[in-house]
Amino acid sequence: MTEPRRAMTAVRVGAVAERAPDAVAHGPILEVRALDAYFGADRAVRDVSLDIGEGQVTAIIGPSGCGKSTLLRSLNRMHETVATARVEGEVLLEGKDIYARGVNPIEVRRRVGMVFQRPTPFPTMSIRDNVIAGFRAAGRNAPPRAEQHDIAEWALRRSALWDEVKDRLGDSATAMSGGQQQRLCIARALATRPRVLLLDEPTASLDPLSTQMIEELVYELRGDVSVVIVTHNMQQAARVSDRTAFMLLGELVEVAPTSRLFTAPADERTEAYITGRFG
Amino acid sequence: MATAIRRRSLRLRRARSAAMIALTVIAALLATLPLIFILALLIRQGASSLSVAFFTAMPKPVGETGGGMANAVAGTVMLIGIASAIGLPVGIGAGLYLAEHRGARLASVVRFLSDVLNGLPSIVIGIFAWQFLVRPVKHFSALAGGIALGVMMVPLVTRATEEMIRLVPDALREAALALGYPRWRTSLTVVLRTALPGIVTAALVAVARIAGETAPLLFTAFGNQFWSTSVTQPISALPLQIFSYAISPYDEWHALAWAGALVLLALVLIISLVARFVTRSRFGAGHD
Repeated sequence: MTEPRRAMTAVRVGAVAERAPDAVAHGPILEVRALDAYFGADRAVRDVSLDIGEGQVTAIIGPSGCGKSTLLRSLNRMHETVATARVEGEVLLEGKDIYARGVNPIEVRRRVGMVFQRPTPFPTMSIRDNVIAGFRAAGRNAPPRAEQHDIAEWALRRSALWDEVKDRLGDSATAMSGGQQQRLCIARALATRPRVLLLDEPTASLDPLSTQMIEELVYELRGDVSVVIVTHNMQQAARVSDRTAFMLLGELVEVAPTSRLFTAPADERTEAYITGRFG
Repeated sequence: MATAIRRRSLRLRRARSAAMIALTVIAALLATLPLIFILALLIRQGASSLSVAFFTAMPKPVGETGGGMANAVAGTVMLIGIASAIGLPVGIGAGLYLAEHRGARLASVVRFLSDVLNGLPSIVIGIFAWQFLVRPVKHFSALAGGIALGVMMVPLVTRATEEMIRLVPDALREAALALGYPRWRTSLTVVLRTALPGIVTAALVAVARIAGETAPLLFTAFGNQFWSTSVTQPISALPLQIFSYAISPYDEWHALAWAGALVLLALVLIISLVARFVTRSRFGAGHD
């Protein structure tokens, strides 16, 4: 059953990658439809259509400046926080356009969490307060202490950090290592129970061991939360993702199940990139 | 041949470099020399008149020995309080606005006007306060003096706050926004809180700066030989008391003026030290 379908998808992807969404295993949680993202007059993302499968890890790869980070930031309305930046097109989150009139970007960002290239713990907050910061911002009244602690423990366990910090939850978050800080940021994003987690080159500033821990964590998270990870490291994309999208010059060239994209890419530009002929 | 020339030019360059470094070191020493001289002079002239009575006793009439400046000390504390109540909230709020909306046209106008206000001679601010706060009610008051000092504080605090907030990395703002923080909450609980040690330092420096101001008080707070804590009455202040004692013909008053100057200097020194401590202890740990 799955084999013929895959073969068919490959043909479709090769033919009209930007128009026809590739089949995704569990149905899409995010559907990007004809998305353009601008910085002033500069069109950084060009007519991208892409489905993000629920519970899957989707990697976006491509050379520097190809628009992959901009695309990612358009998925939780962070792109528009930059002056002169704007977005055209649709992004459907569980079927509803996040760019529709009357949609509050703050609500979108609570359902689509994000972690950045460099760890960004809040330096004035303790480890525990960092984890529940987003959760607290969401509620009008602060939840009871015990509940805050439960959420912090759940999120820290989920991000594989609990055992390392459980005895010093009240300490400053800036005393942690870079890798721990990044896992703390993932815990902080998870604490608001987002449907989707966006990771913008989350290991670019980390050492190999910390990178491995983050990758294992991303692998663990699949199923519970849908992950979109931007990376310039193809091996990383191959290791952690179910599906991979390749972008070039603002356009989405190809999206396919990761194993196929790296072994039998449909587009010759993809092949040129993954075999290291440019980028 | 060529190497000989190169070697000579290298020697020449080294000599010139050493001379320039020596000149800058001398300039740096000259820059701090006045403070050392002032401190030495004030200690020599004023330390002998400094006692507990200076802070607790009222001024004595001419001819009687002893006495202190209790009313002036209290007046200075009160004036600083009024000035801070105006200068800190307005200055910090304006600084937050300038830093968070740095591109806005209003921001560049406000920034420019702050710099102008900062450079305004303090006596001009005193005249301004007299025109609007003293003349209409026909008497000097602590309130008018405090407001004049507060007006002086605003641009100092505004620009310093802006600088401190700009030091907060943009990545922190982004992180808060991405967590679903509204903009106002991002500004207050993340940006302002991260910059807080720097802002506290800026506030202390501004207080130190206005604590010794005399000109804005000459025709606002005016001075008072008696104990007063009323905001509607003229009030004494250390710089005013120093001024009137220094121009008096009496030796005992001169000695007290020296002591008052020493107290002012000590106040500024202590505030500066506290400011340094606050900056070190909080910012040092917070940033790598």
